Amino acid sequence: MSDAWQWLALIGLGAFHGVNPAMGWLFAVALGLQEGRRGAVIKALPPIALGHALSVLVVVISFTMVQLVTAPDLLKPAMVTVLIGLGGYRLLRGYRHRVRVGMRTGFAGLTLWSFLMASAHGAGLMLLPLLLGMLAPAQLMALSLCGPGAEMTSTIAALGSAAAGLAVVLVHMAAMLAVIAIVGLVVFETVGLGILRRGWVNFDLVWAGALIGTGIGLLLLG
Amino acid sequence: MTTWTPDPSFYPSPRMAMQAPPERLAYVAMLNTDTTARPDALGVVDVDPGSSGYGRIISRLDMPNVGDELHHFGWNACSSALCPYAPHPHVERRYLIVPGLRSSRIHIVDTKADPAHPKIVKVIEPEQLAARANYSRPHTLHCGPEGIYVSALGNGEGNGGGPGGVFLIDHEAFDVLGQWEIDRGPQFLSYDLWWHLGQDTMITSEWGTPDMIEDGLNPELLLGAKYGRRVHFWDLHRRRHRQSIDLGPEYQLALELRPAHDPTKAHGFMNAVVNLKDLSSSIWLWHRDGGQWAMRKVIDIPAEPADPDQLPPILKGFKAVPPLVTDIDLSLDDRWLYVSCWGTGEMQRYDVSDPFRPKLTGSVRLGGIVGRSRHPSAEGELNGGPQMVEVSRDGKRVYFTNSLYRSWDEQFYPAGIKSWMVKLDASPEGGLSIDERFFLRFDDGFRGHQIRLEGGDASSDSYCYP
Repeated sequence: MSDAWQWLALIGLGAFHGVNPAMGWLFAVALGLQEGRRGAVIKALPPIALGHALSVLVVVISFTMVQLVTAPDLLKPAMVTVLIGLGGYRLLRGYRHRVRVGMRTGFAGLTLWSFLMASAHGAGLMLLPLLLGMLAPAQLMALSLCGPGAEMTSTIAALGSAAAGLAVVLVHMAAMLAVIAIVGLVVFETVGLGILRRGWVNFDLVWAGALIGTGIGLLLLG
Repeated sequence: MTTWTPDPSFYPSPRMAMQAPPERLAYVAMLNTDTTARPDALGVVDVDPGSSGYGRIISRLDMPNVGDELHHFGWNACSSALCPYAPHPHVERRYLIVPGLRSSRIHIVDTKADPAHPKIVKVIEPEQLAARANYSRPHTLHCGPEGIYVSALGNGEGNGGGPGGVFLIDHEAFDVLGQWEIDRGPQFLSYDLWWHLGQDTMITSEWGTPDMIEDGLNPELLLGAKYGRRVHFWDLHRRRHRQSIDLGPEYQLALELRPAHDPTKAHGFMNAVVNLKDLSSSIWLWHRDGGQWAMRKVIDIPAEPADPDQLPPILKGFKAVPPLVTDIDLSLDDRWLYVSCWGTGEMQRYDVSDPFRPKLTGSVRLGGIVGRSRHPSAEGELNGGPQMVEVSRDGKRVYFTNSLYRSWDEQFYPAGIKSWMVKLDASPEGGLSIDERFFLRFDDGFRGHQIRLEGGDASSDSYCYP
């Protein structure tokens, strides 16, 4: 997969996460309707995107740590297991929400809520195959710059991964934020909540399917 | 039971729910007065005016055990599943959760395969309820964003005492998840629960512990002002008691809670059944006042003078028949409040556009302790009086039954209530009229209690969007 395609895929996943009502735009619309003004919709978007990005960041950092100390041939089977396992679990168990965040929450509450929703749904895990393609080369590049055996190798490799990881999180968040802003404002301003009755397809099923599909894709691409 | 698009009976807002198609079926809890011989039942009533069976029971689902005392019941899931902070839009409004108020047994009834002939698919036994939540005597239930919330009058010790409170049931697997309260503060007595989702606030009211009510209304406790008279406000998400409001010792039996359906509004109505000074009933409004909740009386319904010879023993000394407002219901547009006067036999309709100043706009008399008002389609006088009232989602139809609670029925109607269910038409201008085609007489031995309408009604759903 070329570099450009990886970034496009990353943006696409950001958009996919953003379009799911359960990931935040609906919450922003609800707060806008509660207060009766568009400003409340817009104000709710940054903490929702931030919470989502923090959840993705946890996965990126975990992946970076793991790949620094794990043999590459173990990495892929582990990722396949995690993705298919989580997707299968969600298909069988469904989604339970016991979050103690309500309609009168503020910046911190929305960030926490978004973090928990993204984490429970495995938002960051869905990026694993991309991380493999984007973070591992950063590490390899660092290695080649320093040459084998150089003393600074591991530090530079980690810095390279960190920079690439940060870029991944920011691009994903930007794509997600753009989509929740557009969908949220369009629903608030023009479409109205009637769309929920017809247009709210079961994203939980799509999401679980995406996790499993990503796992299978990773397996097949070898 | 997950679906691809949301259940069509879920609506984001009460405004949209008012556009729902009219109900064709109603479910009604049927108490069997011969508690040892026959079980209670859930009746299915045809409410489609175009059907040949209009106004009749088309099937009856008997409970597996005797002596449940079916009372209030409700749906496993409803419009609150669309709430943004805990969205579950792809569960179905499919199961009726039907508790036995006396037995503490909870029946899960599936209405999907054939809505006219529902089936019991699971029974939660009282021992499970006591072990998981330490409660008994389940009363009111509401489908919330995170599961099914049920109020309970008694503790799980089996001694008839308190505290009562609220417990949660999973809305898909139907397991009792446990006690809801983390900090109950001074709350001890329990009765109704509902909430303002837009305010993250739960509200609960008070009746009495099982030993205070199960043998009938106890005159000593009543005159000693021992029955419930407080309303409690809770943090819905942190599950903590926040505030109590005491109506004062003369106001006894603080029962039904009807919050405004529009989540941007922060007010609601509650009925106090009897005033010890003059036997009047009253309706109270709760509202926000600064950072706190406040309550004030907005409707007073006086007792009506009566010949003691026509009164049951418990009332003879008062020479008056109390209105005994035992149920109220608020239309989905928050404009009309219906008030059941079980004692005087009157169904009242108030315009509550200005909730601080309700205006009486309509009234119908049926039954009553003294009045015994007749129905145009029924022979003879009626007893019992307007009790559990339910309003259709579009606000045009009002259904009610005439039985309260078995031991209390016998005190106020010693001849024994012959039970009926009727339907009224509510005009947009505020009037009320009897639908002469609809008079349902329950079989001898059965008494109708709460009614639930197919697809939801004015006291079944809550909404997160205005």
